[in-house]
Amino acid sequence: MGSHQADARHRCASLVWNDRKSLDTPCHASRLAGFAAMKDRKTGSMRTDAIIIGAGHNGLVCAGYLVRAGMNVLCLESADSAGGMSAPRTISDNYHFPGLVHAAYPVSTALRRDLKLEQFGYQPGKAIDTIALDGNGDHLTIGAERVSGAGLAERDEQTYATFRKQYLAYARTLRPLFENKPPRLKDMAFADKVTLAKLGWNIRFGLGREAMNEFLRVAAINIYDVLNDEFEDDRLKGAIAVDAVMGSAMGPRTPGTVLTWLQRLQGELNGPMFVQSGGRSQLVHALTQSAEDAGATIRFDAHVNKILIDNGKAFGVELSTGEMLKARIIVSNADPRSTFMRLVGAPQFDAMFTKRVTQIRGTGVVAKLHIALNGKPEFTGLADPQLGGRLMVAPSMKYIERAFNFSKYDECSEHPVLEITIPSVHNAALAPEGHHVMSVNVAFAPYDLEGGWEEQKTTFAYKVISQLGQYAPNLTSLVVDHEFLTPRDIEQQLHAVRGHWHHGELSIHQSFMMRPLHGAAQYDTPVERLFLCGAGSHPGGGLTGLPGRNAAKRILELGGAK
Amino acid sequence: MAWNTYKVPRVVDKLSTEYFAVRSSCAVMDLTPMEKYRITGEDAREFLDRLVTRDISKLRSGRVTYVVWCDDEGKLIDDGTLFQLGENNYRLCSQHHQLDWLLISASGFDVNVEVETHDVAALAVQGPTSYSVLAAAGIDDLDQLKPFDIAKLHCGEIRVTVSRTGYTGDLGYELWTEPGDALQLWDAIFDVRGRYDIHAMGLSALEMVRIEAGFVMPGFDFNTAESTVRNGYDRSPYEAGLGWVVNLDKGHFTGRKALQAEASQPARRRLTKMVVEGNKPTAQALIYDRKNGKQVGEIKCASWSPILKANLALADLEYVDGRQPSKLWARIDYQRELKWLSTWAKCHVQSKPFYNPEHRSATPPARF
Repeated sequence: MGSHQADARHRCASLVWNDRKSLDTPCHASRLAGFAAMKDRKTGSMRTDAIIIGAGHNGLVCAGYLVRAGMNVLCLESADSAGGMSAPRTISDNYHFPGLVHAAYPVSTALRRDLKLEQFGYQPGKAIDTIALDGNGDHLTIGAERVSGAGLAERDEQTYATFRKQYLAYARTLRPLFENKPPRLKDMAFADKVTLAKLGWNIRFGLGREAMNEFLRVAAINIYDVLNDEFEDDRLKGAIAVDAVMGSAMGPRTPGTVLTWLQRLQGELNGPMFVQSGGRSQLVHALTQSAEDAGATIRFDAHVNKILIDNGKAFGVELSTGEMLKARIIVSNADPRSTFMRLVGAPQFDAMFTKRVTQIRGTGVVAKLHIALNGKPEFTGLADPQLGGRLMVAPSMKYIERAFNFSKYDECSEHPVLEITIPSVHNAALAPEGHHVMSVNVAFAPYDLEGGWEEQKTTFAYKVISQLGQYAPNLTSLVVDHEFLTPRDIEQQLHAVRGHWHHGELSIHQSFMMRPLHGAAQYDTPVERLFLCGAGSHPGGGLTGLPGRNAAKRILELGGAK
Repeated sequence: MAWNTYKVPRVVDKLSTEYFAVRSSCAVMDLTPMEKYRITGEDAREFLDRLVTRDISKLRSGRVTYVVWCDDEGKLIDDGTLFQLGENNYRLCSQHHQLDWLLISASGFDVNVEVETHDVAALAVQGPTSYSVLAAAGIDDLDQLKPFDIAKLHCGEIRVTVSRTGYTGDLGYELWTEPGDALQLWDAIFDVRGRYDIHAMGLSALEMVRIEAGFVMPGFDFNTAESTVRNGYDRSPYEAGLGWVVNLDKGHFTGRKALQAEASQPARRRLTKMVVEGNKPTAQALIYDRKNGKQVGEIKCASWSPILKANLALADLEYVDGRQPSKLWARIDYQRELKWLSTWAKCHVQSKPFYNPEHRSATPPARF
């Protein structure tokens, strides 16, 4: 298939996905106008205050804040629609998928308020349950507060509610750390002291002494030990553990997996998880509208090749077409490794800093399988309404750990962990009438696959489909088409280095004041006027908008475009 | 004494003989233990430009330059001589092992760094008659070789690369050859001993002459960044008196930001050349702003200079408000018949090398 056709398909996807009625809405007008920088009031010359590289959700959030602070913002996106990893994808013309992020939590009320997201259509979807699939049809239904299912011990059922409460309280404790720039330990600014004071207060007085002791005990250990302490049921433990490791090169026994889970629970403090199912209610749609409405320009098909530096200061970018664009500050939503090594280049940085950049850990281990179905899949033992939930194939923590082991040796899991959603259950427009789209996160599928992906990609995709067939016997007969995105594809198509969802592993040594690395952990970088605003920065990945928001706050604190 | 896994003599024969050989005839020293790195590849020049503080854009094939390099905090890691042997083909010589830092610095560059310490034998032939000695030994065509020039020549059958470089502050050459040819080269030089006064030299004589020349020795005159444990015990090029090899305008290099910040602040300390009055050994003396006053520094290395008849020292001086203390006194503790005595000696700061004879840089050199 030619790239032109592919473009057309993507354009089509973005229209269906964003449910845009006509092409002459104001936001489209500004899109088509391309680079329409405002004129500087004093000199009358064209002046861009900030160029943001990448219209992923964090780039859009950052744009929204900066433009509202009075800056003239130009956002450059290499694809033909916004969203980055959460940009929709289409296969076989009529089947539309939510991109890499198929389930999400609502964003924070602060973000919704500041960027007027509701006004632009943002609405979190209907709360969903997580279904832990069982080979015999004895599935568990796991909700925010309760869990039920055949063969579940009463003790587990009771423990679940208190356990959830307890960990949500821990997550709340960490909140100040996530919603602010990470404090610098050396030459600490007043704001940093406030962040740390809030954190300290939350740990000691928010939790109380006993809970504090427990929190400090578990914060750095693994989810495997914690869940074994609390529960008996393998299905339940498996399903919870998936949330602690999915997207990271970690198994349940990897130290720090309690922290990754607490990071995920941050989202749940804003509201329950829902399936991304397209339409105007989508976060990216609202963010795009919000930024454009406030005056930001988003330019698509603009691939940045190079950040231009003069005497240690960033002053513009060069596009793949050779076009040069200048701005007072450059904000990169690209991952830190690409930003520093490819867009800027090693000669502009000190040696040890460069070395540390090359040592940022973060190699993708999750593939995405999109399946177009010409009918409704029927899962043994699952009622229709449950198809709208998030289905998990992770029958036990040992199963996950075993699946993870393969990736350590550059192999695909013999029995992969699967996280499945069927977005068309929530929005029938995503597929032709009566048809469905199924989105599957497949772990573990390592970036560096022994023997290479070319040879094994299709085989592995079919293996996953037949594995799904064990739970939904009619599935294999319904498959119309599929798309399989390996971490290599994620790198090539979504420009995330080594295909890592979070632009860098969410491990303790790469978190907080060490994210993405020492020397660039407060969104500003060794290159003056160059900032980071993406998932590679604190507090990390997920559809939270927090890196973008924190970055914007930091940019403004440092004087914006002055 | 151990030097990079080699055993090196402090004194081969007699210190005074070796010293006067460098200053008035010819001394030879085995430089093979010097760390030598071959740097090649498409980005070799860009890599080196980012590594060292000096602007090397004017360096060309067949030339050598003195360079220093720093860590990210702008503190000195080592100094050395950089030889451009060809297009994108360089040799970096340093006293200390640098492979790890070079490899760290190579991240993001298309560059190949090879250790050639043991694959290249090196001899320093130094002193006013060194030119004549080498000519007599059969190395011709040295007459037009200017300071910091490199030439590929022959000594009889032996292929030898000669650079007009050295660590003595005198006329001198460094000879680079295959290890297998090294003994023959040594013999070729010492074969003309009948006509010229030639002596093998150890580290002690070298220490005397390098102080006279005002050269610093990283790791001795100041702690190098990679080996410093305590905060503030390492030194920047400015602090080591090497500000003249720092070019903040040449584009980015490792440590530039830190050095820029330092340069915009008043100087805090400087490694300074001083002549100490009297003739007491001053190697471990502390420096005060007046007799029995406040301590403002310490002597890092010192030597009696027989040729200048003066007590020379390099001292680490603390500055006040960016200025050198106006008066400097060394408190010298010394022994007389095993009895410890203490005395005060006035110090005079020198900005130029203590010893820099005209014959050092004359081309062609005087023939003896």
